[in-house]
Amino acid sequence: MSDTKKFLYVNRKAPYGTIYALEALEVVLIGAAFEQDVELAFLDDGVFQLTKGQKTDGIGMKNFSPTFRALGDYEVTKLYVEKESLDERGLTADDLQEIMWEDEDDDWEEKPSIRIVSRAEMADVMANQDVVLSF
Amino acid sequence: MATLHTVNKSPFMTQTLLSCLNHAKDGDAILMIEDGVYGGMAGTGLSDAVAARTGAVKICVLSEDLEARGLAAERLMEGVSAVGYDGFVDLVAENDRTQNWL
Repeated sequence: MSDTKKFLYVNRKAPYGTIYALEALEVVLIGAAFEQDVELAFLDDGVFQLTKGQKTDGIGMKNFSPTFRALGDYEVTKLYVEKESLDERGLTADDLQEIMWEDEDDDWEEKPSIRIVSRAEMADVMANQDVVLSF
Repeated sequence: MATLHTVNKSPFMTQTLLSCLNHAKDGDAILMIEDGVYGGMAGTGLSDAVAARTGAVKICVLSEDLEARGLAAERLMEGVSAVGYDGFVDLVAENDRTQNWL
């Protein structure tokens, strides 16, 4: 277990306009496959990655938003979303898609992966990591 | 002699939209595309700056880019309208030049 490190992936970019969001998700899945302790942070424009109802047929790009719902199967169950970033963009938690994970230690009960946190709490999350990867 | 301005950057991460708004002349048009579409949303920290120009400048948002980002047209602020790719072409044709704010 001493080889396990805490990894935080920091998402600050909107989806589709740049490749950062999609690339971050690819790296998260790789990190999770190596059985590291992985958490995700969404702040600034990164919160736009989690909006529900994304439909990309019109722009000819892959809609990768459903992939967030698969993260629970890779034991990635903590997606921190900054409240102030939502507020500044006119968004609320209701605008985000529902992302659940099954807790095997609690009779496989479904629990929400998204945790809305304050800016101060987000700073604490960031300070509590071994490795921080920014996108 | 009017200009179509396009903005493709998120207004929350760069000054691009604000600079465009500050340079667009009355009678010009601004089309928000790609990550620029977030600039058309109601109830954001930047809505007031955009609303201040909606009368004098025609402000539009590309609907395909809105839809891709999970934003319904109802989320646009008053005075900002959604147009499709055909509307984009019309705007180019209606104006004397196009200036891209990158």
